[in-house]
Amino acid sequence: MTDATTSDTAAGDPGPLPTSEPWVTPETQRYWDGTADGRIELPCCAACDLVIWYPRAICPDCHTTDLEWRTMSGRGTVYSFTITRAGVGGKWRPHLPLLVAYVQLEEGPIVLTNLVDVDPTTVAIDMPVTAVFHDTGHGNAILRFTAAA
Amino acid sequence: MAHIAGVYEHPLRNIPDKTVPQIHAEVALGALADAGLTMADVDAYYSAGDAPGFGALSMIDYLGLDVHHVDDTETGGSSYLVHVRHAAQAIAAGHVDVALITLAGKPRTGGTGPGASARFSDAPEAPFENMFGMGIISGYAMAAQRHMHEFGTTSADLAEIKVAASTHAQHNPDAFLQDVVTVDQVLESRLISDPLHLLDACVVTDGGGALVVVSEAVAKTLDRHTIPVLGGGEAIKGTRAGRVDLTHTAAVVSGPKAFAEARVTPADIDYASIYDSFTITVLVTLEDLGFCEKGGGGAFVRDGALQAPFGRLPFNTDGGGLCNNHPANRGGMTKVIEAVRQLRGEAHPAVQVPDCELALAHGTGGSMATRLGSATLILGREA
Ligand SMILES: [Zn+2]
Repeated sequence: MTDATTSDTAAGDPGPLPTSEPWVTPETQRYWDGTADGRIELPCCAACDLVIWYPRAICPDCHTTDLEWRTMSGRGTVYSFTITRAGVGGKWRPHLPLLVAYVQLEEGPIVLTNLVDVDPTTVAIDMPVTAVFHDTGHGNAILRFTAAA
Repeated sequence: MAHIAGVYEHPLRNIPDKTVPQIHAEVALGALADAGLTMADVDAYYSAGDAPGFGALSMIDYLGLDVHHVDDTETGGSSYLVHVRHAAQAIAAGHVDVALITLAGKPRTGGTGPGASARFSDAPEAPFENMFGMGIISGYAMAAQRHMHEFGTTSADLAEIKVAASTHAQHNPDAFLQDVVTVDQVLESRLISDPLHLLDACVVTDGGGALVVVSEAVAKTLDRHTIPVLGGGEAIKGTRAGRVDLTHTAAVVSGPKAFAEARVTPADIDYASIYDSFTITVLVTLEDLGFCEKGGGGAFVRDGALQAPFGRLPFNTDGGGLCNNHPANRGGMTKVIEAVRQLRGEAHPAVQVPDCELALAHGTGGSMATRLGSATLILGREA
């Protein structure tokens, strides 16, 4: 396969990935507030210690609502990934090929994300990555990852 | 025991000049005629997210049905197998005699229209999954990538699944794609989302289908060859609070339930309809249902194992979603229909499995990457 990434970049930098304003609710406010300061804060179960992704008001394992918020390290590894070259439109089209990935946080949860500022040909499962935060302009940020230094 | 008495697959794949409710009506009439019944006989109606407007409420009114049992269960493309199971349970409980299940949609020529798409924006997971440009194929591509990493599965293994489907589709005059393809042609087709190629993906078609499930008492009055529902299973799998697992589906639960209920094993199955949104969907499902061990899917599908009539496990003899039809972006309905054709001996002669007595139909709805519904049916042949 030819390296479509290189040719796309040569055609012009499409700029940062889209950062839509998220739908913030009282249930998820603390997560989104954390992203504004470059932190991943997640609810954790006070009873069974589960780190809960995506954020919610109930532990889906033991069903208690007694949760506490903790700050994650921002380090993780790639669980799986794909270089998406087609099949998405609209605001994403200028950003093809796009790296979509599942990243496993050091603390356990596997989160859906993009990998940014990384050569797609170098990405591999188990690769160490670190969190980056893309400002939405609405007092919060989208959590993405880049190769660990 | 409940019987499938009527099936109908809309013959068209491009339907620009008909509405979605109209296609629901055509397939309903088709399946009822196949059974030898009429709309007046229907006492239960089943629909899913493809039903426009208020779902079953809109469609029951539009069709002029008089029913006393309704089920609008939405588990994506697997919904229609769930409906068969729910209908069988309602029939076993004595509540229902004639259940009608319909599917219709126009993703090819008519846009998506109202229905299931409206259900997603307020999902609790939406702000954490919709921000990353993940298309449907991206999610399945990540599943394929992970399967390759854990088990050494190759793109050529996945291609074998498309080759088998295309080998069958050449005999189906209604199939959207009728040309036989080779492994090399699949591998040379354009990468859409690595490691999946264009030819790893199902077709996008307008169309629809319908099923009529009846009680034993009604089945006895019909001239048509009816197909007993011997067993069923359904299960839902999600992202489990961040414990994502891309190499299994909920078929690991729905399959054993269905086999146990029917008192048979995977080795007894003569023909299998396996949901094939993408080639990887088939590979993982074969493992999850126990046709081979986890990780053994690549080896299992080599050497024409899926090709009718003489492969170890003939599958999707209509050409499946990969070649024939994936109406409304939902492949579950056509999985049941082709299994019924095989058991009736009405599949195309070139792909009819000789003495087909036991068939499995399996649906996978939603996304393998996030949350999905798996549904399995074991169907038999009337003595
Ligand atoms: Zn807990």
